[in-house]
Formats: sequence, structure tokens, C-alpha cells
Amino acid sequence: MVRIDGKGNGTALVRVRNLDKKYVRGTEEIHVLQGLNLDVDAGDFVAFMGPSGSGKTTLLNLLGGLDLPTSGSITVAGDEITKLSAGSLTSWRARHVGFIFQLYNLIPVLTAFQNVELPLLLTKLSKAERRKHVETALAVVGLTDRMGHFPRQLSGGQEQRVAIARAFVADPTFLLCDEPTGDLDRKNADEIMEIIDRLVREHGKTVLMVSHDPRAAERARFVLHLDKGVLMEAAKAGAGT
Amino acid sequence: MKSFRLVWANLRRKKVRTTLAIGSFAVALFLFGLLAAVRMGFRGGADAAGANRLAVINRVSLILPLPLSYRDRLLKVPGVAAVTYASWFGGVYQDERNFFPQFAVDKDTWFDVYADNVVSPEGRDAFMKDRQACLVGRALAKRFGFKVGDRLPLRGTIWTGNWEFNVVGVYDGNRPEADTSGMFFRADYLEERRAYGKGTVGYYVVKVGNPDDAVQVTKAIDALFENSPFETRTQTEKSFAASFAKQMGNVELLIMTIGSVVFFTLLLVTGNTMAIAVRERSGELAVLKTVGFSDRRVLGLILAEAVLIAGQGGFIGLALAKLVIPRLSRALPMLGVLYVSPLTFAAGFVLAIAVGAAAGLLPAIGAMRLRVVDALRRI
Repeated sequence: MVRIDGKGNGTALVRVRNLDKKYVRGTEEIHVLQGLNLDVDAGDFVAFMGPSGSGKTTLLNLLGGLDLPTSGSITVAGDEITKLSAGSLTSWRARHVGFIFQLYNLIPVLTAFQNVELPLLLTKLSKAERRKHVETALAVVGLTDRMGHFPRQLSGGQEQRVAIARAFVADPTFLLCDEPTGDLDRKNADEIMEIIDRLVREHGKTVLMVSHDPRAAERARFVLHLDKGVLMEAAKAGAGT
Repeated sequence: MKSFRLVWANLRRKKVRTTLAIGSFAVALFLFGLLAAVRMGFRGGADAAGANRLAVINRVSLILPLPLSYRDRLLKVPGVAAVTYASWFGGVYQDERNFFPQFAVDKDTWFDVYADNVVSPEGRDAFMKDRQACLVGRALAKRFGFKVGDRLPLRGTIWTGNWEFNVVGVYDGNRPEADTSGMFFRADYLEERRAYGKGTVGYYVVKVGNPDDAVQVTKAIDALFENSPFETRTQTEKSFAASFAKQMGNVELLIMTIGSVVFFTLLLVTGNTMAIAVRERSGELAVLKTVGFSDRRVLGLILAEAVLIAGQGGFIGLALAKLVIPRLSRALPMLGVLYVSPLTFAAGFVLAIAVGAAAGLLPAIGAMRLRVVDALRRI
């Protein structure tokens, strides 16, 4: 269940209260997010839509602990991340968040296998255990036969699938997707959304996604609209329910 | 260690740039090896000097002789255990470019005082028996292919005429960097054949029984010959050898200056290379931080890269120096024995690592402070 009225019952996986984010550019103060409330339960798939500059990516960055709010709080699985130090936030991110970007952001000098392995380098897993996890993740996204390929040897869709595998290989609490289909053609976009959808349905992952693409958003269980830093409405999408 | 693959992969990203950076370290460390070897060559005598040996020279100048009769008087000075003497010969072998030092030495005492010139019993025995005998150093023998039984002709420059010697043995040093580029022959042969300067020697070497008595013995010797026609200046062998080296000017300062300039330039060049590498990769560094790489780990990755470049380049440069410098030494014998000692190698390697780390520090701090949100926005 997703709520934006700030009246969640406290069992939500992600709990946002009175979130404000302002930027100062020269003498101008830009109010990107204003008093935002949000409750997302574990296993939910939420899409944030809205025009450019509405604050979608800023919200995602705040939820992922990449940025700090001007005021307000974000609590994920009981941890109030807005109170964590920069160092603690980094290790929290390693344990709890998987990021998927629009431009895949793979490391070009590493193979698909090595890219997926990156988050596991921060764990205490042995080499054999890491290999097992990476192989499983790449099998889920259907790239077992491309493990040794470098990003330049993969298509855009395949690169994004590697990026998805990297995002969930360490079994994070939730996945944050920033326009995951924004750089793909329709066919590849549908395949990527199918994988993300499967992660929610079959593996119980919680996904928060920013997208301009209505067809991608249709896959989400809830679609929220962000306009001028305010969450406007919550709607139940047709698909995925 | 788990991140080593990432560091290694990044180094291979721009192969030309990495090769050039490694190359600049290799060149600099080769130069370091060369300069250190030259410095050691100049200091070689001083470093090899025995703590219990004193050199007694003519007070006016090193090139003026001392009477042979001083030998017995020196032996009577309290604290003196042994006395030997030598004279610079200055002969030319075939061509003046074939310079090597030759000394006429006292056959009975020289090798007792200089136990660090190691000669086989057969060689020493033959040296005692043959008036025209000479012993050549291992390096000299290798340089000209001298072997036992050869005739060694020299053209005298101080004592003119053609001088012929029989090679009866080869002497070694007791350390790898020992100077074995010279030749010793018998002083009695010189005495017999020379037209002038008879009854004199170039300098004495006095062995003291206890090194702690060196100062007292020094004073006693100089006092003994005070106000005589041949006043003496006695000094430790180390000072004697060092003053010899100083005749060539302040080589040490020159070497230090060149070395410092080279390393400072290297610091700037490598620092710039690393800064460019970090700037190009800011998006990737942001991704690493996003997946949970801490600021310190990112700092470590960049530093490790810089250190790896420096380490590889340093090792190549020093290995090359170790290989090439002995050949150079044979080509330029006037520089003494040029040798890259294990200590020089280790010091050079540590220096390379330190310069690498210093060069990588600022870019690494920049990477550490990189804000993920800003860097991702720039992708």
C-alpha cells in the first residue's frame, strides 16, 4: 500500500515525512520538494511521474541516501537515514539500495560479470560465493552467455540488464530506478520493464521508479505524480495489480 | 585486495597514457640509479676505508713524496701496528683512453694492511718471487681480458720509458661494490728502474692497533716529522679518500640538485596525469560511491593506481640501471666502480612509491570529496 497523506500506520518499509529540499543558485532559492509525505510497503512497485524539473530525480536521490534533505525525515526499514553520517550512509546504501540509471552507468573496463560483482566486493562473501551470486543474477536477467563481455560489446538493452543484475545482486532492501527505459527502444524497454516487474512479482522486491514513459509506469502497482515538488495524487495503475 | 582488479583494469584503460606515465618513472629511476652509482663511485674509497687505517701524506701536497726512511720511524710510534706504502705510477696502457690506476706497493706489507684486497695464496706467492710481477683487479682483468701469465706493458708518464709487468694473479674485493679496477706492482721494481725520486714513496698507510687511538696516533705522527724537510699530514683513510673525491668538485650537491629537479618534475607530470584520469572518470567514481564504495575506498583506489604506475616504472628503471650501469662503468673507468647496490635499489623503489603516492594524493582527495549527485548530473 502507498500513502502520501502522512498517515501511514508505521509498518511501511519507506516512510517519508515533511520532506523539503531547497537549492540555492546565486541569489535564487529553488524549492524542489515541499512537505512531501510518503509511505511505501515492502514489495510495492511505485512509479513517480511528472514533468522535467518536478523533483523526481531529487526525490530518488534522497530516498537512496545520495543527497540530504533541507528538512524532514526519511526512514527505511527502521533506519532514519536523514540522521546518518556520510560514512554510515554509504554503508547503509551498500546494504539496502540497488540503483538502476537511465544510462546504465556500467564501468567500461570491467566485464559484465565484474560489473555485477562490484557491490559484492563490499561484502564478506568468498570468491566462490560471489561467483555464485553473480551467475544467479545474470541468469535472472538472461545474460549468462554474456558474462565475459565488456559493456562496449553489449547492446543498450543488454547493458541495462547488466545494470539491473548489479542493482539486485547484493539483495538490497529496495531498488531505485531512474528512467530505466529512457535510453531504449520500445522492444528493449518492454523487456527491461518485464524484468523489473518479475523482480517485484517473483522475488518480492520493492521498486521505486522515476519515469516519463507511461507504458513503463503502467507496470507499476502505484503511480504518483510529482508536480513542482508536490506529490499530487496516488493512482492505482491498470497493470501489475 | 578485492578491488585490485578494478585498479588494474583502470590502468589498462588508456594504455598509451599509462605506458608513458610508467615510462617517465622508469627514466627518472634509471637516472636515480645512475646518479646514485656515480655518487657511490666517487665515495667508493671513503666507504671502503678501514676505520683502523691512517693515510700519511706530504703536508704540502699529495703529489709530493715522503722519504722511504720514514717507514721505520712510523713503526715506532705508539699505537701503530703496521705500516705500508704506495706510489702512484700513472702509466698508459696502449692508449690514454685505457686509463686505470696503478700503484707500486710494498710487497711485504701491502696485503697485510689491505686484507680487503683478496689474493689467492698462489698469486701472492708469485708476487713475492717475481720482481716484475703485478696483480690486476678482477674488473680490470675483465675489462682488458688480462689473465695470469700475460705480459702487461705500460708507458711511463711520471717515470718515462716502457715498463713491462708479468700478470701473476687477480685480486678481488671483499664486497660486491669494491673497486677492483686497478693494478698493483712491486715498489722495489719501481725503485730499481726509475731515474729520479729514489728513496721516496707516494704515501704511507698506517694501521693502528685500536681504532680508538687513531686521533692520538695521528697527532703523534705529524708531531714526529714537524719542522723536517718532509712534514706530514696524517688523516683517517676515509678523509683521505673523501678529499680525493672532492678534487672533482661538489659532485654530491650536483647529483642531489639534478635528482631533486627530476623528481619534482615527475611529481607534477604524474599528478597531472592522475588528475586528468580522475576528471575523466568522475561519473564512474560516482557510480562506485552509489553502490556503496566509501570515500576512503575511492581514495585508496586512486592512490593504488598512482602507486602501481610508480612501482612498475620504478622497478623497470632500477632494473635497467642495474643491468646497464656496470657496462657503462667499464666504458668510463675514470668514474670508479659504478654499481647499483641493493640499498640503492630499495631506496629508489621506496622513493618511486613515495613520489607516486604524493602525485596521486591531490587527485585522490578530489575523488574522495566528489559529490555523487553532482557527478551523476554531469554524465
